Amino acid sequence: MTLFTEITILVLAAFVGFEVISKVPTTLHTPLMSQTNAIHGIVMLGGLIVVGYANDPLEYIIGTIAIAFGTINIVGGFLVTDRMLGMFSRKPKPKASASPGEDKGDKG
Amino acid sequence: MTAVLSQIPYSVLKPGGDAATALYIVAFSLFIIGVKRGTHPRTAKHGNMIAALGMAIAVLTTLLLDGIGNWGLIALGLGIGTAIGVIASIRVQMTEMPQMVALYNGVGGGAVALIAWSEIRHGISLGETISLEVLIPTLFAAVVGSVSFWGSNIAFAKLQDLIPTKPLAVPGQQVINALLVGAILAGCVDIVVNNGSPSQAVFIGVLIAAALLGNLVVLPIGGADMPVVISLLNAFTGLSAAAAGFALDNVVLIVAGTLVGSSGTILTMEMATAMNRSVANVLFAGFGGAPAAGAGGATEQRPYVSISAQDAAIKLAYADSVVIVPGYGLAVAQAQHAIKEVANELEKRGISVSYAIHPVAGRMPGHMNVLLAEADVPYEQLKEMDEINPEMPRTDVAVVIGANDVTNPAAKNDPDSPIAGMPIIEVDQAQQVIVIKRSMSPGFAGIDNDLFYEPNTSMLFDDAKKAAADIAAEIQQL
Repeated sequence: MTLFTEITILVLAAFVGFEVISKVPTTLHTPLMSQTNAIHGIVMLGGLIVVGYANDPLEYIIGTIAIAFGTINIVGGFLVTDRMLGMFSRKPKPKASASPGEDKGDKG
Repeated sequence: MTAVLSQIPYSVLKPGGDAATALYIVAFSLFIIGVKRGTHPRTAKHGNMIAALGMAIAVLTTLLLDGIGNWGLIALGLGIGTAIGVIASIRVQMTEMPQMVALYNGVGGGAVALIAWSEIRHGISLGETISLEVLIPTLFAAVVGSVSFWGSNIAFAKLQDLIPTKPLAVPGQQVINALLVGAILAGCVDIVVNNGSPSQAVFIGVLIAAALLGNLVVLPIGGADMPVVISLLNAFTGLSAAAAGFALDNVVLIVAGTLVGSSGTILTMEMATAMNRSVANVLFAGFGGAPAAGAGGATEQRPYVSISAQDAAIKLAYADSVVIVPGYGLAVAQAQHAIKEVANELEKRGISVSYAIHPVAGRMPGHMNVLLAEADVPYEQLKEMDEINPEMPRTDVAVVIGANDVTNPAAKNDPDSPIAGMPIIEVDQAQQVIVIKRSMSPGFAGIDNDLFYEPNTSMLFDDAKKAAADIAAEIQQL
């Protein structure tokens, strides 16, 4: 991709972000922040790429930590968002069950 | 070159090739759909899963790319990350959600900074001139990632009460920050100018200066302003991920990072607006706790009415409509279940109960909704500020629990008040007001709340959780 193709993509993605988020009720701000937070865990891909050409111990360490950090961001972010949103969808009818929704691991 | 690489057996996809790009397009489309569905309570959970699916596709695609290697390290990183992520997410309490988000945001930023470092080392080791198209985004990713990592860690430590939540003023703060920014820029310019053989030492210096900057910018900010800071850092991490995408020529990083950057910016501005402050004011004013702030004028003792839980129960039990205004204090006292009990008792008596949620109630916007949802409060009973204010004059009793500044009529009536113009929940318009609070101490704005001295206001001094439990018990007795 040329630099300008990439900049075009960036500008369009920025507008998509503005458009999509402008209509969110305050109620969902916390889960939404948590979900977008999980999405920027995408940098983990960068970790996968750079560890591929790592060739000294320091780079092995940097790359592995980067992957671990990115994975925490992704897995933790999506799971915790799922837990929060589970609170919203749960109907009040089946009287307050103590256990929070430790749902399936929809990890990346 | 590509012909050679494609002969490696496990290499299925060519970086930047059609198949990989197509899969990345699927992945980022799922992110956009996921975020879009996240804007409605009924579809949000589904939306989160769609986004997670997009992430899975992006990760698997990358694992299949040419040039991916060191599988042991990849497995190690993925294993450690997954274990920590799963355990942390299951164990975290809903009240601790803001610091959890801060922490996840921090590791994301840290990953970006480390990837940038690795990218620079790789460039140096090749011994060729690094093109500015790669170098500039890499430097941007390194600086912003590092600021985000350290800033988020400080935010986490403040929210977790590991360090004082009060604004910590460092003398000469602005000057030091300006010097750090100068040093970072100088280092980046040096690396760009010497892109034939950039110095790794200078790069590490830039990372360290950015780390110090992240610490120093967030340290002086008070706990009540942390939500805005976390949201801003979230946007920063997104942008740094997009920059990493430029450096690595990776389309899904660019789109996903930018999406988070722009949506995070919107969220940050909305939160700041809800507090009637500009983002710059949050970052640089050190508001949110300086006790000097205008408290001097209102030192005279004004009369107020103090009542018991029993009195409060009687007022509530004979009302027709009750509005509960929960705030930060309710989250701290973990009183969400107790207040729900009060609401249950009232509803058994046919009294209509709703909850008025200020945009910045709780420790981050929407946090109060999550806490009340956890206590099984039906979504329909949660009313946003603009929705509930017109109903206030027709409300018999408004119960303010753990909220303070967001109910202060001075925001409307006193143009000289530090919070003048901040949108408030107009509980002073209700027939009667019960304020549950530990003492008369001011809120984070450091100013007296005129509401407490209104003739129709009664103060119930107690811990929010205990008070709510007592009231529920008293109503049962009636």
